[in-house]
Formats: sequence, C-alpha cells, structure tokens
Amino acid sequence: MTFTQVLFLIFAAIILGSAFMVVTTKKMIHAAFWLITTLFGVAALYAMLNAGFLAMVQIVVYVGAIAILFIFAIMLTRKDLRDSDTPLNKNWGVAALIGFLSFGGLLTILNNWTGLLKEAPELSSGMDTISDLGVALLSPNAYLLPFEVASVLLLAALIGSVYVANQAKSE
Amino acid sequence: MEFWKDPITTIFDSLLKSFTSGGMTEDLATVLIYLIGILAFISFAMVLDIFLVWVERKVVARFQDRLGPNRIGPFGIFQPFADIVKLLIKEDITPFGADVVLFNLAPIFSLMSVLLLWAIMPFAPKMVGVDLNVGMLYLVAAGSIGTLSVIMAGWSSNNKYALMGAFRTVAQMVSYEIPMVAALLVVTVLAGTMGAVGIVEAQEAVPFIILSPLAFLIFLISAIAELGRSPFDLNEAESEIVAGFHTEYTGMKFGLFYAGELLHSFTFGGFIALLFFGGHRLFGLENLGPLVGALIFMGKALFFYWVIMWVKYTVPRIRVDHMLAFNWKFLTPLAFILLMVTALVGRIFLHSPWLAPALFISNILIAWLTIEYLKSHARKERDQAEASGSAPATATQH
Amino acid sequence: MIPISWYLILAAALFSIGLFGVLARKNAVAILLGVELMLNAVNINLVTFWRYNAPAEVTGQVFAIIVFAVAAAEVAVGLALIISIYRNRNTIVADDLDLMKW
Repeated sequence: MTFTQVLFLIFAAIILGSAFMVVTTKKMIHAAFWLITTLFGVAALYAMLNAGFLAMVQIVVYVGAIAILFIFAIMLTRKDLRDSDTPLNKNWGVAALIGFLSFGGLLTILNNWTGLLKEAPELSSGMDTISDLGVALLSPNAYLLPFEVASVLLLAALIGSVYVANQAKSE
Repeated sequence: MEFWKDPITTIFDSLLKSFTSGGMTEDLATVLIYLIGILAFISFAMVLDIFLVWVERKVVARFQDRLGPNRIGPFGIFQPFADIVKLLIKEDITPFGADVVLFNLAPIFSLMSVLLLWAIMPFAPKMVGVDLNVGMLYLVAAGSIGTLSVIMAGWSSNNKYALMGAFRTVAQMVSYEIPMVAALLVVTVLAGTMGAVGIVEAQEAVPFIILSPLAFLIFLISAIAELGRSPFDLNEAESEIVAGFHTEYTGMKFGLFYAGELLHSFTFGGFIALLFFGGHRLFGLENLGPLVGALIFMGKALFFYWVIMWVKYTVPRIRVDHMLAFNWKFLTPLAFILLMVTALVGRIFLHSPWLAPALFISNILIAWLTIEYLKSHARKERDQAEASGSAPATATQH
Repeated sequence: MIPISWYLILAAALFSIGLFGVLARKNAVAILLGVELMLNAVNINLVTFWRYNAPAEVTGQVFAIIVFAVAAAEVAVGLALIISIYRNRNTIVADDLDLMKW
C-alpha cells in the first residue's frame, strides 16, 4: 500500500458513503449537503489524476453554483423544512435491484476487459495542460464548435429557466 | 547566510535531516514536515488575526472621532485578549430546533474558506505555500466555500432573520463573483498565467495597477461585496434583520465568524497587493532578501486592509435592489467590456513597446466613456422624472 | 501506483448509487440529485481514461468541461420546472404528478 493508494481509498470511501447518504437521507437539505461532500471527493480525485484545472472548476461550478441552486430549490419548494415522510417510493426494492444489476453488469464488462490493470503513464515534465486545453477549446480545427454550442446551450438554459420560473408567478 | 536567501527550504532541509537521522523514512518525514508547516502557518494567521482585531477597533474609533481601546496595555494593544476571554466564557447556546451538526460546522467552514486562501499567497519569491498553476481559480473556489458556510449557518439556525440574511448574502456573493472573475481574467490575460507566483513575476517592469486601473477598481468593489462589508453589508444589516446569518451564534462560534471576516479582509488586501501592486516589490528594497520582501508584502496587505476599512466606515449601506442592479447593470458589463478591450489591445500591441501605454490609455478611455454614458443616462432619467412630476426613479443610483 | 480498475469500479459504484436515487426517491429535487451523481461518475471515467490512455491529448478534459456545462444547464432548467410545478400543483412528489397519466 503506497501513500497515494491509501489516499485514494479514503476519498473513495468519502465519495461512496456520502453518495449513499444523498439517495437515502430523509431531510432534503441534508441530501444536498451530502451531495456537496461527494463533489468535494470527486474534485480531490481529479486533483489526484493531475487534472487540477478540472478539480477547481468542479468546486466553482458544482459547489459554488449547482449545489447552491439545489439548496435554494429545496427551500423554495417546502413549507415545512423538516421532512417527515419516507424518502423512498414504493418501488425502492426494484430500484435497488436495478442498481445492483447495473453495478454487476459494469463489473462483468470490466472483468472481461484486458486493460484493467494498466498503470498511469508518467507525465512528461514541463507539460502545461491548461494552456493546451485553452488552445484546444478555442482553435477552429479542435473544439471551438462544441465549446460554442455548449455556451449557446447555457444561454438557452438561462433564458428558459428564467422564463419557466417567472411564468408561474405572473399567472 | 543560506537562511536569509531561502528560509523555507533551509528549515525544510534541516528538519528533514534531523527527522530521517532518527530512522524515519523520507516519505513520512516529508508529510510530517508539511503538517508542521501548515500548523505553523495557520497559527501565524490566527495570531495576526488577533492583531487585526486591535487594528480594526483602533481605526474605526479614529474614523468616528473616538479614542478606541486604550486601557489594556500600551495603546490598548492587549484589548483583543480581553475580547477573547469574554467570548470564551460566554454561554454557548444552540437554538431550539437548530440543525446541530450544520450549525456547528458553519463557523469552521467560514474560517476554513479564508485559511485556504493563504496556501497560495506568495509572500516573497521562495516563500509560498504552493504555487498552483490554477491559482486564481482556486481563489474563486475558496470563495464558494464561504458562500456555502453562510447558507449553512442561515438555514441551520432555525431563525427567519438568519435565513433572510443568508439569502441576501448568497445573492450578493454569487452575483459579485462574476465581475471579480472577469477582473481576475484581465490580470490573467496580462500576466499570461493563473499562478500567483507567475503573476507577481509578470509585474517585474510595470505593476498591473498602471496597465489596468479599472480592473483594480472592479476587483476592489467586488472584493468588498464578497467580504460582505459596508456598503455591501446587507447580510447583517442591524437595523433590518438583527445580525443576519450569525444572529443565533454566541461565544467563540460567533468569534470564528468575526475572526474569519477580519482575516478575509486582510487576505483580500494581500490579493490586491499581489494582483495589482507587484506583491513583494518596493523600489528595489525587496532585493535585500525574502524576509524583507515578505514584510513589504504584509505592509501592502495591511494598507489595503485599511483601504477596505476606510470604505466600510465612510460609505452608508445600500439597498438590496440597488446592490443587485449595480452589479448586473453596471459592474458586470463594464468588466466584460474591459476584458474584451484588454484582450484586443494586448493582441494588437503584442511584442511592441507601446503595449503598456496603449493598455493604460484604453482603460482611461473606457472609464471616460462609462462616465459620459452614465451622465447622459442620469440626465435622461431626471428629465423623465421631472416631466411626469413623480418622484425620481430609483435606478439613478449608478 | 493506482491501477485504472480502481477508478473505474468507483465510478461504476457511484453511477449505480445515482441510478438507485433516480429510481427510488420520491422528491423531484432528489431525483435531480441522483442525476448529478450519475454525471459525476461519467466525468470520473472520462478524466481517468484521459489520464491513463492519452495524457498528451486534451480530449478527455474537453469532454469533461462540456459535461460540466450540460450539467449546469440541466440543473437550471430542471429546478425552474420543479419550482413552476410546485407553484401550480403545490407538491413536488413525483408520484403525485400524474396529470398526464391515463
């Protein structure tokens, strides 16, 4: 067991434990905060994978924006913030079965795959992923078009959500 | 004399030698030394925080034509210790119906979001915790943890004033993050890197305050809003919502919020110094050694801490709709225009000696155009208001 | 060093937990939380494959960034819809929203 492996196991335990709490906890606000714990764990994994930029973006976008949005939505859709009824619907047994089946299926597929024990190649020193990423996102023969489409999608989502959330008020 | 040239590495090496001579493996020793370093660093920040309490109380007293604390020790310098003792012996109350875990976590997160920022602060060329190549993004990420702590505190207190304060704070912090990121992007464009050390290095010749004074103003305003200090202290507007998100906190838990706020101001003072005023540089004095550079850096940070305090105790609180309108209708568009102009001018004058003057002139031009536009806008609104004979419109705030 | 399988198994487990959340939770907001978990699992996979197979290319990271953007858009629209539904129907329990059910 090397130090990085221990670190990975700790983060994996945090991610899976808090993800499990997200889907089972009774209070919705707590579910949102458990989601934030999961997101921090995932950001730590990105940092372990040498994707520091993505780790920071994960925290800025997910924790700073998406999680806050979730918390606001939970507060806006509750009269009594102390949830009392059961969090799961009556199909939860089937859902658990499907969850286990999908995990089992993915494991089987992974098991039959040959590259499973591959180790990460050494990163060449002096490689600047961030500037490579920036150039790739903005050069026309790389990913300029997907990047622009994504920004148009975000704009459309922004306008759409304002419209949808506002309409109900004016009625 | 190796110590004076590179204190951190010298200490690290000597500690490593003494640790490994006792039979410890090098990996474990390194981790241990890092932990000790973090502990020492945080202790230094907290001791500084105690001093900041005194500075804050003394300066606000002078602004309000009072003497301030002057009883305990010379110039009242031991007053903060009395404050701490008072906070420690107060009753620790958890309100009825509060969410105990989140209620207790919130102050810790609040202070954590500030202490995280100290990791990337370059005091001097070789005195930096870690030189992240995504430093500026890290600054924004730590800010979002602060937002989280506020909403945690507001929700878990089971108090409507606390919740209202949290809503206001989150609205403010999330919106002022955008001009702040744009100002940081201007700096990134000018420096060609997001790392704090690289940004300080890029100001070797000209500090960025000269290349982009507007970015400095935008960053200062959005930093004050991010800190939640007056004129943006709607989150704890005493006359409206008691004390905002920390209404229900007593004793040292409140103390953590308070300490976090002061340290946050000081940290942002440091970031202003490093982003726009060349970090540890002061007319060649920094060549005397890293420790002198660190002292200069702290001095600059303290100065901008004082500027933030100056704004706080001079400008009255603004209304919540003005706060949002000011951000979305004025600051954000201005920041984006500035970013585009900076990128354009930087591209046209790339490698030319006219780069710095061109950037400066373009900034002045944008500022002048903005003022002219605002003037004409205000005149039009005034004419409209006079014509209709009603009360003046509210949007003339800008 | 960590073999690639560790990351992949973690992502698979996270994805399955998210799937369970989507299928089993009553509250519509909680269903969206489950979707977020699944998206994160996908992102872990993308970044892992980038790191282990082609660290010289940036394709994996670009993909992950696009997933971020899509996730943000999805949450904004989804939560707006949920708030709108709450205003009209006064509930966000997914089972009670059966107006279109025959």
